[in-house]
Amino acid sequence: MITIHNLSKSYNGVTVLNLEGIEIPRGQAFGLVGNNGAGKTTLFSCLLDLIQPTTGYIKNKELKVNESEDWKNHTASFIDETFLIGYLTPEEYFYFIGDLRGQNKADVDSLLAGFEDFFNDEIIGKRKYLRDLSKGNQKKVGIVATLIGNPEVIILDEPFANLDPTTQIRLKEIIKKMAMDRDVTVLVSSHDLQHVTEVCERIVVLEKGEQVKDIMTSPATLKELENYFSGEQKLSQEEE
Amino acid sequence: MIKQFIGLEWKAFFRSASFKVNLALKILMIFGAFWMIFSLGMMGVGLYFGLEKAGYEPLATVNKFMIYYLVADLLIRYMGQKMPVVNIQPLLLLPFTKPKIVKFALGKTILAFWNWMHAFFFVPFSIILIAQGYSLLGVIAWHLAMFCFIYINNFINVFLNDKLWFVISVAAVFAVLGYAQYAGMFDITAYTYPFFQSLYEAQWTVALPIAALVVTAMFAFKYFLARLYLDAGLAKKVSVASGGDLGWVDRFGKLSTFLKNDIRLILRNKRSKTTVIMSVFFLFYGLLFFTDFAGAVYEGPFWKMFAAVFVTGGFLFSFGQFVPSWDSAYYPLMMTQNIKYKEYLESKWLLMVVATVISTVLCIPYIYFGWDILIAILVGAVFNLGINTHLVLLGGAYIKTPIDLQSAKKAFGDKSSFNLKTLLLSLPKMLGPIVLYAIGQFTVGPWLGYVLVALAGIIGFAFRDKVFNQIIKIYKSEKYATLEAYKQNK
Repeated sequence: MITIHNLSKSYNGVTVLNLEGIEIPRGQAFGLVGNNGAGKTTLFSCLLDLIQPTTGYIKNKELKVNESEDWKNHTASFIDETFLIGYLTPEEYFYFIGDLRGQNKADVDSLLAGFEDFFNDEIIGKRKYLRDLSKGNQKKVGIVATLIGNPEVIILDEPFANLDPTTQIRLKEIIKKMAMDRDVTVLVSSHDLQHVTEVCERIVVLEKGEQVKDIMTSPATLKELENYFSGEQKLSQEEE
Repeated sequence: MIKQFIGLEWKAFFRSASFKVNLALKILMIFGAFWMIFSLGMMGVGLYFGLEKAGYEPLATVNKFMIYYLVADLLIRYMGQKMPVVNIQPLLLLPFTKPKIVKFALGKTILAFWNWMHAFFFVPFSIILIAQGYSLLGVIAWHLAMFCFIYINNFINVFLNDKLWFVISVAAVFAVLGYAQYAGMFDITAYTYPFFQSLYEAQWTVALPIAALVVTAMFAFKYFLARLYLDAGLAKKVSVASGGDLGWVDRFGKLSTFLKNDIRLILRNKRSKTTVIMSVFFLFYGLLFFTDFAGAVYEGPFWKMFAAVFVTGGFLFSFGQFVPSWDSAYYPLMMTQNIKYKEYLESKWLLMVVATVISTVLCIPYIYFGWDILIAILVGAVFNLGINTHLVLLGGAYIKTPIDLQSAKKAFGDKSSFNLKTLLLSLPKMLGPIVLYAIGQFTVGPWLGYVLVALAGIIGFAFRDKVFNQIIKIYKSEKYATLEAYKQNK
């Protein structure tokens, strides 16, 4: 579904992202893990054609993202609050996104009805502007908006950050459900190793822009990641 | 401790985004500031001799109208002077006592431009009074009192934050009073004048304004101190969504998606509201051109064409030049959604068209100054609709300044207006109709001038889609640069 080919990005000679190749098949739940500055957001921004890669390209459903715009029809994303329109109420925002994705009000309403628990009665019908919502609630709106119009690719940057425990658990359920759907490819980045191992079938670890691990998730994955990030792995490798 | 405060202020000032403007604009800003200072100073110097020449007693006349001056100052402050609450929040957790923070914040307002700009009027005026033989003690007392009033206004403004109803009623009351005085029905200055005059004549009365200043300052201090909580004085205002679902917009079909957004954009954000208010002011610009008042300066028939384009195009110019910057806060969203650029542009275009038509209708009363003025306005409107709507959108495509929708500041004279490309594009907007009209006027007669301008407008309509395609091309080729620019110093 998504092909990353020889992708690199440098700013003034400093390489912040350098990936040889990653192939993400259709329907996979793909997790991206790494410390701050590892290049997660840069990769997602390249994937969404928000920044130009220095070399290489990304194909989304056989379309090079910087050449065609047709990938926008089947791709939904939430990176940060610049994906929200501050002066709209959540409903207006959902309808706006719905309009752009060919969904009428009724379609959007029926989708939203499934998220009543998730919204915890703090979002719909409150007549508040998005800019006045708390960070967590803004995030909820952004995430749910990506589900409008049955996208085939969903990209979420740090979806668990800023959310309360209940919402984190509910969000995991939502992502797991999407991951079950063999037609939806989900890309998630996170700092939370536990969450990401729970919801993703495959996890790629980035460090300083390079891919250092590519793991198919198994019960041992969490331990492996924890070891890696606590620095133990590096020690053991050096001993070898 | 005060040293640290001052250090913070210093950094806040020199590192603020608005300070990092290009050199050309800095020069222009400095020039503008000097112009303000110069004109206020000239007012101080010139007023004395002007009034004397016109046969009025200068000090008495100034005292007569002082009440209006002070009220106007208060109203202008309310609109412009911001309370220094922004930088306070991080200080709350640091080991500063609260009274100290408040003293610092209020002390900062004392140094505001809003206060000392008055010095450029009062100081030269007072010096001339003394030089002209007015009583030294009297002038000093009067001068002191005036500064007390200015500072009383400064502190009153602390209370006034967000009491819009009060400010509007004061403005309304004084508008009525002013009219009553003009019409000779009631003269408020008959009651206020003796007081201001007594400050000069009986110097001890200066104790009154000084006492009033101390009391207001103390109240302001207490008021501020009591509200130094995140959910009180420092609270972010949360507004209730307004405007309903705009169902009536649906009749515009595919356009309605963007149109709804644009209408909400305009109605719900400070910055865009300022733009609308500004375009109302544009309507009155005609008074400058069409009346005898300034007739001497703007003699020459083509000025009328210029004014016609100006009065009907206020919204068009102030809104259109910032497309797509209006959407800068969520540009990444727009760029990852399946946006039809053409519909996006058409929606903005339609708004400008509607606004231009409304402006034109509102300009009909200018018929008072003659039929040819009305014809000029109608022709100017056609030119605006047919040509200028496209030109401003084209110019906007080159502007990459992010707009902070929630800040009313910077709406006047934004730095981005000094982009060379936009400047070049703005020339035909104004000069085009003037030149066309002049060609017609000087060859055959005014009627041909009108016909040429109107014709240009009508022909312009035909090229709309061509221009749109060009703009879309620019949007696409500038996409990454624009995204990058909008990320900067919002």
